[in-house]
Amino acid sequence: MASKQVVMTTINGEEVEFLCEPRQSLLESLRDVLGMTGSKEGCLTGDCGACTVLVDGRPVCSCLMLGVEAQGAKITTVEGLAQGTKLHPLQEKFLTNASLQCGICTPGFLMSAKALLDRNPNPSEAEIRYALAGNLCRCTGYDKIVRAVQEAAAALANR
Amino acid sequence: MHAFTYEVARTVEEAVKLLAAGGEDARVLCGGTDILIQMRNGVRRPQLLVDVKRVPEMRELSFDPKSGLRLGAAVPCIEIYESPLMRQHYPGLTEAAHLIGSLQIQSRASVGGNLCNASPAADTSPALLALGAVAKIAGPQGTREVAVADFFAGPGRNTLKAGELVTHILVPPPARHSSDAYLRMIPRNEMDIAIVGAGVAITLDGARCTAARIGLGAVAPTPILAPKAAQALVGTTLDDKTIERAVELVREASSPISDMRGTAEYRRQVVGVLARRALHAAVQRARQN
Repeated sequence: MASKQVVMTTINGEEVEFLCEPRQSLLESLRDVLGMTGSKEGCLTGDCGACTVLVDGRPVCSCLMLGVEAQGAKITTVEGLAQGTKLHPLQEKFLTNASLQCGICTPGFLMSAKALLDRNPNPSEAEIRYALAGNLCRCTGYDKIVRAVQEAAAALANR
Repeated sequence: MHAFTYEVARTVEEAVKLLAAGGEDARVLCGGTDILIQMRNGVRRPQLLVDVKRVPEMRELSFDPKSGLRLGAAVPCIEIYESPLMRQHYPGLTEAAHLIGSLQIQSRASVGGNLCNASPAADTSPALLALGAVAKIAGPQGTREVAVADFFAGPGRNTLKAGELVTHILVPPPARHSSDAYLRMIPRNEMDIAIVGAGVAITLDGARCTAARIGLGAVAPTPILAPKAAQALVGTTLDDKTIERAVELVREASSPISDMRGTAEYRRQVVGVLARRALHAAVQRARQN
């Protein structure tokens, strides 16, 4: 019953095949099976958003999705943001705005922000705050994060 | 999480067969945003999860002016919000779907799952009740239809029998000069469970109200209709006195409990306020239709 299943996915543009038990979440599959520890475990109840990844372009809590449900899906994790050593504008602006302290929430914020900017390249502050409502930060607060997303949007528009 | 078997159904028949074979130990998996948390907490321990998201007809979202809305039970909430048809014809149900959790949750959670999870505080249920929605159910004995008003059995319990699943939610087409609205009360801007929810659907003929339905959430063991309050509106011009009478009847229909989210007295007060506001919102929309 607990036998492992083969799951074929595309992660950060590369075809990836992995084995997992049905009871393993996508988050566990990423971290414990594939060794991709960028996505963080926070609450395991879908409240904090630290485990946010994109599945077929949409932000989801990878703790609330089974690894086996990822069959055939295109997944983007925080590891897929930078191109080689070149950081994504969101990552750069999080750094220059000091939008993180402990950093546990950061990968989730980056992925939610990426999902937003992919769909809406020029969001208002209210739209940014709405899109990030499913991500909790307990040390930095949200203003610096919102500013980073605004500056990233501007940087992406000027590219 | 405990070990279990995971199966993907490709058709409704396949899902029914798998669920029937699994009996009481089998559960449907849609978005998973409730069931996976319940399993992690040990609240539910299904031995089999049947994933129905790959059943094409359960991902259907279509509107026909004669037959109304066919909403596949596995359609994620975000697709409802992104549908111009939904925003135009069922704005109240659309806003309810858009209030559930975060965008991360809305990308997975479905109205069908919200219905079957049968939380008294489910956001889409009062909106469905107000619209007179019907759950289309498939099971070993074939298909049947049950009004959402008759679907709930208690907190976290529905009236599905072993082997059955909700495949669609059917909503009648909106009549001329009609509309709906849903409002909920939470102590913060986003991301919380309703202290109270109120959905109103209304039909007008000039200034006169010709039909009304009011659905309430988080003020009873299940989401409920407030038929007496709705009846008080029908045939009137929705003058202030009539609305105040309906608000009183809404409060009488509710039987809230006190818990960490709010006291029974607070809920009874707020449910009237929300019903009044949702009514005004629905009327304003109906005038434009």
